[in-house]
Formats: sequence, C-alpha cells, structure tokens
Amino acid sequence: MTTQPLMRVQGLEKNFGDHAVLRGIDLDVMPSDRIAILGASGSGKSTLLRCLNFMERPSAGVVELAGQAIGRAAPGKADPGRRSYDEAELTRVRQRVGMVFQQFNLFPHMTAIGNVMEALRTVRGQREAEARERAQAELARVGLADKAAAYPARLSGGQKQRVAIARALAMDPEVLLFDEPTSALDPELVGEVLRVIRSLAEEGRTMLLVTHEIGFAYHVANRVLFIAEGGIHEQGTPDQVLKHPSEPRTRAFVDRHREFDF
Amino acid sequence: MNSLYRWNFAPVLDNLDVLWVGAIGTLRLFVICLVLGFGFGLVVGLGRHAKASWIHLPATAFVEFFRNTPVLVQILWFYYALPILLPFQISPLVAAALGISLNSAAFSAEIYRGGIESIDRGQAEAARALGMTAAQAMRRIVLPQALRRMLPALTNRGIEIFKMTTLASAVAYVELLQQGKLLASLNFNPIETYTVIAVVFFLCLFPLVQATYALERRLGRADA
Repeated sequence: MTTQPLMRVQGLEKNFGDHAVLRGIDLDVMPSDRIAILGASGSGKSTLLRCLNFMERPSAGVVELAGQAIGRAAPGKADPGRRSYDEAELTRVRQRVGMVFQQFNLFPHMTAIGNVMEALRTVRGQREAEARERAQAELARVGLADKAAAYPARLSGGQKQRVAIARALAMDPEVLLFDEPTSALDPELVGEVLRVIRSLAEEGRTMLLVTHEIGFAYHVANRVLFIAEGGIHEQGTPDQVLKHPSEPRTRAFVDRHREFDF
Repeated sequence: MNSLYRWNFAPVLDNLDVLWVGAIGTLRLFVICLVLGFGFGLVVGLGRHAKASWIHLPATAFVEFFRNTPVLVQILWFYYALPILLPFQISPLVAAALGISLNSAAFSAEIYRGGIESIDRGQAEAARALGMTAAQAMRRIVLPQALRRMLPALTNRGIEIFKMTTLASAVAYVELLQQGKLLASLNFNPIETYTVIAVVFFLCLFPLVQATYALERRLGRADA
C-alpha cells in the first residue's frame, strides 16, 4: 500500500523581481516526515518554507495539501506556470499548516495564554472557557503552565519560542513549519526549545525544519535536504547527507557547521 | 500698552450665561469633529495602507487636499459655496463640522498610517500564519499595538480640534468665541472678554492634557 503524500510540491519557483530565489523545487512530504532543510543563508531555504504556508506566493509551480492543489492555474503570456490564489483559500490552508518563526512574533499586548487563545477564539470561534482550557493544556505541553499569565516581555527567549510553539499547536496543524526556531536564541536557551521540537517529532508530527543545528537535524530528522542556489542540491537520510555527503558543496557546508559529535 | 488701563471684569462676569451657551456650542462641535475626524481618519489611514491602488490613490488625494488647504477656507467654502452647488442650505454647525472633521481626518489618517506601519511585519505575519484573516490581524493584533503608540499624536490632534472650533465663529456658529465677540461688541470691552475666553479654553484643555499624560504613563508601564 502506498500512502498519499501530505504535501506535494512540484516545480516550485519564487522570484523577487528579477532575482530568482527558488528555481524549481520538487518535494513530497509524507505523514510523520521530519524534514530538516539546510543551506547557506540566502540559499532560499526560508523562502521555500514560507511558500508552503503561502506567506510568500509562489511565482510558479504547484503545492498540494492532502491531494488538493492550492490555487488555480492562471497562465500568463510571459509565465505559463502562474497560478492565482484566493485569499480565503490561503487562510484555510494556513489553519492546517502551522508556522514557528525565528523571531517568535508573540503578540506583546497579550499574555502567554492570551497568545495561545487568540486564534482559537477568532479563527475557531471557540468560547472563552473552551479556548482557555485548550491553551492551558498546550502551555503545559511545552512546560510553561506556570507562565500563562506572563506577558511576553517578562519571558526569556526560550520561553517565548515555546509559547509560540504552543500557539501553533493549539490549531491542530497537519504540518508544522519551523523557520530557524533557535537562531535568535542565546546558546544556553537553545536546548529547551529543541527538546520541545524533539518531543513533537517523537509523537509522529509531520514537520519541516529550517535549521543550522546539524546535530539536532541528524538525531531528529528522517530526511535532510541541502538547498543551494534555490534548488535541492542533495537529499537523503541524515546519515547519507550529513555523514557521507556525495556533493562537495554539501560536504563543505557540513564541515563548516559541525559543532557537535554525532 | 496703557498702564493706567483699569480692568473691569464685571460686565463679562454678569454675562456668564451668554458664555455658557457658547461653551455648550463649543463642546458639541468638538465632540462631533473628534468622533467624525478620528473615525473617518481611521478609514482613510487604512486606505493609505492598502496595496490596491484604487483604494490608496483616492485616500492619498484626500489627505493631500485637506492637509494643504486652510480649515477656515474650507468652512467658508462649505457654508457659502456648497449651497450653490447643492439644492439645500447648510447650517453653520454643518459647515464648521465638515471643515474641521475632514481636515482632522486627513491629519489623523497620517497618524494611523504611521502607527500601523511602525508595527513589526512579523506581528501581522504571525496572525496570518495562524489562519486569521487580514481584517482580524489588523483589528486584533496590529491596531491595538499601533493605537498605544499613536496616543500622544492623537492627543495633540484632539487639542487642535478643540481650538479649531473657534473658526466656526467665522460663519456665526454659536460657540465660545462667537459669544465673546457678541459680548465685546455690546459692552465695548474686548480686552476683558477675550481674556476670559482665553482662560476658559485653558481651563478646559489643561486638565484634559494632564489626564492623557497620565494615561500614556500607564500604558508605557504595561509595555515594559
């Protein structure tokens, strides 16, 4: 029996003006996949992630979510691969594809629990008590049950990112996108965030993770993509890509970032 | 300056009821212009922020037109010129309210736009990533943070609106200055009358401004 991919990406391209950031990405994300995306800064790895929940609209190519192609083909003269996207459809897609940002982006005018409750109330239309109960459970899952009433300004970077993860989890996303979730953290705060992400991976959640933490990628991911110049340069199991890379560029990248024994 | 001038406030103080009527008129015009100016200003400010050019171009034209013409001219135009173009008369209150409100809308629109654009883009992105619509992200996430930052600038605008109500006297709307003019010409005592008018304005605005300072300090603490 073959399982259907949860997400299928075909021929994904993204240009910013004349600058081609993604030049044709093909990718199948299977249920429970934990895909680590590595690459130098400017290689397009964050843009790839942001195209999957349509924070950026692809310039060409198709993204499917559970077999459903998102958007409609709207070929232009100059670019036959163009698609048009309906904002309401993208809003529904984003409810199914959660994202955690490098800069946390917590809402500073709301408490930790208020941050987690917000979309439950406005998007899901849950009542106050129901949303509070769910939000409290998500905060407990990331180990911050006692910080529910704290405003973001009173939290450490690691705590902020854990609240942001709880906020994304509360929406029951089918896929979680992590965009360099530990890059803005002081080194001593990285571990607490990685532990939470690892526990989610062990639950079998489907996730894509852009990261520079190669050791973490090695232990948690089941697939690793190495992105260079807007394309998938090399991919495979963590062992193949990180320990026995076949491409010289991948090898050079891994050597530069090897901070851990693995 | 004649140092032998003998001040005599008695005729003014004997006619406080006349000034009271004016104060009611001032307050009414102020509240109307505050609500309409800030309310319509928010609409125009959001329009200026919009990506679609059929929204932001008219909004920009509106702001530039009303920022670059004097309020007094607008009030006179609404009072004297508009009734020629339209089949009905316009009362002094409507003319003054239109002029002051539209001018305040243009200025406050720029305050709203600046406030909205000062909020980190990641805030709206995080809201959208959770599946909130653009309108929900604006109303629940961006605007509450922006309004807090805009409070000092909006306070200034409010004070300006209060003082601009005196321009309505140019079309004989009954407000404080208009009533003062009346008293001064009846009693031949412009010095005392206008002194009292100035003091009344100060006594109205000073406590108001102090209250908003206190509010700003409180909001500032919550931010930290």
